[in-house]
Parts: sequence; C-alpha cells; structure tokens
Amino acid sequence: MDANLIVFIILAVVAVGSALGMLLNKNAVYSALFLILNFATVAVLYIILGAPFIAMTQVTVYAGAIMVLFLFVIMLLGAEELAGATKIDWQKPAAVVLGVLLLAELIVVIFFRETVFAEFAELTDFGSPAQIGRVLFNEYLLPFEITAFLLLAAMIGAIVIARRVRQSPSKRES
Amino acid sequence: MNETTGMILEWVIKGAVVAVICLIGFAYTTYYERRFLARIQVRIGPNRAGPWGLLQPVADGIKLIFKEELVPDKAYKFAFMLAPVLTMAPAIIVMGVVPWGTQANFFGRTIELGISNNLNVGILYILSVTSIAVYGIVLAGWASNNKYAMLGGLRSTAQMISYELALGLSFLPPIMLAGSLSLGDIVKGQQDFLWYFIPLLPTSIVFFIAVLAEVNRSPFDMPEAEQELVAGYHTEYSGMKFALFFMGEYVKMFSMSAVFSTLFLGGFAGPFVEQVPWLGPVYLLIKIIICLGLMIWIRGTLPRFRYDRLMKFGWKILLPIALINVVLTALMISIFGL
Repeated sequence: MDANLIVFIILAVVAVGSALGMLLNKNAVYSALFLILNFATVAVLYIILGAPFIAMTQVTVYAGAIMVLFLFVIMLLGAEELAGATKIDWQKPAAVVLGVLLLAELIVVIFFRETVFAEFAELTDFGSPAQIGRVLFNEYLLPFEITAFLLLAAMIGAIVIARRVRQSPSKRES
Repeated sequence: MNETTGMILEWVIKGAVVAVICLIGFAYTTYYERRFLARIQVRIGPNRAGPWGLLQPVADGIKLIFKEELVPDKAYKFAFMLAPVLTMAPAIIVMGVVPWGTQANFFGRTIELGISNNLNVGILYILSVTSIAVYGIVLAGWASNNKYAMLGGLRSTAQMISYELALGLSFLPPIMLAGSLSLGDIVKGQQDFLWYFIPLLPTSIVFFIAVLAEVNRSPFDMPEAEQELVAGYHTEYSGMKFALFFMGEYVKMFSMSAVFSTLFLGGFAGPFVEQVPWLGPVYLLIKIIICLGLMIWIRGTLPRFRYDRLMKFGWKILLPIALINVVLTALMISIFGL
C-alpha cells in the first residue's frame, strides 16, 4: 500500500472520530478538546495536500486562538455539564436538509472531480507563503482590505461594548 | 538498505537526538539555575551529589519517580492526566524547525543538521505550536477542580494570549530582513549581513520579554504566584506529573532560547562554521546557554509583577512597541535598501 494512503486513512479515522467525539460528549470541555484535535488533524491533511501555510494558520487561529477563547468561556461560566439542552423545533428538518446537501456535494466531488476540478490539479506550489502573499496582494487586494476593515470594526465594537463607563470619575491608582 | 528506509531511519534518529538533547537540557538547566541563583544570593547551591553537584538532577529525577502520585477525588481524571503531557510535548516539538547547522558528513552519509531547517513556514510553525502550549496549563487548572488551580490556569491563559501578540509581531522584523519564513534562511541572512540583534535591538528586547512571559518565567510567573495561589495550576499535581510540568517549563525555556538565538544571535553561525559544520551545534548550544543565563539572572533580580500591571504592560506598552518596531524595520529596509 502507498505510504500516503496509510497516512490518509489514519488521519481520516482520527478526524471523523474526533468529530463524533465532539458531538457525543456530554462534557463541554471534552467536546472542545475533541474539536481542537479535529482542527489539528485537518491541518495535517492540508499539509499532505501541499498547503503548509493554510495548515499552520489553521492550527494557530482555530486550534490555538479561537478554541482557547471557547475553553475560557466554558470554564468561566462553569457550563461544562449542562443537564438537558433545550430542544429546537426546526432542528431536525434543518439537519436533514443540510445533510442531504452535504452528501450531494460529496458525490459531485467524488464522481465528477476529473471534469469539474481539473484546473486545480495543475496548480503546484500554490500553498507556499510567497505564493499566497502574491495572490492575496495582487488579485484579491480589495477583498483583503475589506476584510481588514470589517475586522477593525468588529474589534472597535467589542471594545465599546466591553468598556464599562464609570459613573463616578474617581480615578483608582493603577 | 535502500534510500527510503535510510531516510526514515535518519529522521527517526534525528528526532530522538533532539528529544534527548531537550531532556538533558532540562536536567542541566535546573542545575544551572540552582547554582547560578545560589551565587546571586551569596549561597553555594547543590554541590553534594557527584563532583560539583553534577548528579543533582539525576537524584531529583529518581526522587520524583518514587513519589506517590495523587489524583484528587473530584478531578476530571482524563484531562488531569492529559494536561502535563500537553504542556510538555509542544515544548519539544518547537525544536523541530531550529537549524543546528548546514550539511555534515556522518559516517559517509551527508545529513542535514536539524530536523526541518528549511521548512518554508518555519516561523508559523513555531507560532502554532506555542499557541497549542496554552492548553496544558488551562486544562490542568480546570481538571484539578480546585479554586486556586483554576485561577492560576485562567490567569496564565490570559497572560499567554496577551503576550503571544507581542511575540508574534516580534517575529516579523527578522522575517522582513531575511525575506523568508524559514529559519534556515534567516540564519543565512545573518551570516551574510549582521546578527539581527544589532540592527533589531528593540525587537530582540521585546521578543525576549515576550518569551519570558510565554514560558511563565519570573517576573511573569503569575500562574504560579505561591503567595496568592499556593502554586497555581499545578497545586494538585504530585510525583512524575508535577515533574512533567516542571520539565515543560524548562524545556520551553531551552527551546525558546534556541529560537531566540536563531532569530537574533545568528543561530549556528560562528567562525569557521562553513569549514567545520559540526561546530554549528556547539555554537548554538553556547548561545542557548547565554540566553538561559540571562533568564536566570532576571529571575534572581526582579520581583514578580502585580497581575493588573502585567496585563497593562503587555497590552499598552509591549504591543505598541512591537508594532512600531515592525514599521521602523520596514522604513529601515526601504531607506537602506537591505
């Protein structure tokens, strides 16, 4: 068997297993940990696909920064073990529809990849940092700048909301 | 033996060697710290086990192995076991991208000194691994199910996230000067030009401070803070699990010193390293020892920060300075055309 295939199968099992673990675990902290494991596994898959930059940002941003905040909130609220989650009425039909959509997409990818995604196969070295920088700052400069502004707006919004306005302007010693 | 098997064997051996270097580095960093701190405080330090006390780390290790391991009744058992491992592993993994030299001859086989010297996302790799390292401490605090441990864990998360920003921004100036994210290229850039701590002195200082905070060293050893939190996140840990936390901290000191040396002190570069490639590891080790010495010196000199001041320092002083450093480096590059 091909070495790549062996690695892929192991990763796939871990990825699916950790996703299931996240869904089925009753304890929110363990769920978060499974999600981290899942993100890390997907990052390794990106490396196999020749996109190391995306893999590393995936680990830094998702597995690192975002999940730390998740854990932080779970622990601070003491919400690790919720007794019974409230049920949402439209949850089941929505899940079925989305599941069918995902399945259809998978079928398209698996059976028609030679025709639909042929152009992607020819790209080489598309995942190196230099290449991504070049594409980002030439072709996609405007979306990049817009994203930057959106993030800035979100950041300022967060600061404004979080900032408590003190009634009495008594300055505490800092 | 065909080429593939040879290559796999080479990588396994190199990985094992780096891990062993980290562990020996850990053992003798503790010895180094105790002796050096003792000198600072006009004491003698451990000098009984073996000549000059050189066997002291071994004695400590054996003692810790034979200690009783307690797991609190109300602890989350699995996370409690996992936390020390999660603290320890990233510290060693960081070393994977630190180059120890160029190519060298080893029993008739040309090998690269270092595991992945020219990984084109080397710096990002370091950032991602250090961002994972936070989990060990948070989990330890939570899994112990103990107020003080929890407080220590939360504090350390806040601290590490805050200082990670300054750390990440301080990676940028060396990258800009070298024009590459690979640590091998950054060392090469320094061999051709200057060691980066000369043109980038403010950045290297910010980087060093951020590293101290990242590895929870004094004066940023907030998560432990004996007086307020007993021992912070590892209050409930004993025996070998405690030793793993201890190890994690010292191995992190060791590996972050290696990263600092590589980015700012020329890494394995030094006189005659082109002719004799085996000098590379020696030079790197000397630079690591100097960095470790600095860290210990700072511990012996400075008292601990108060928590609110620590956060203020990170966000209001260190982060803006790091940002300004990036802009200044860009200006320097465009003016002098480096």
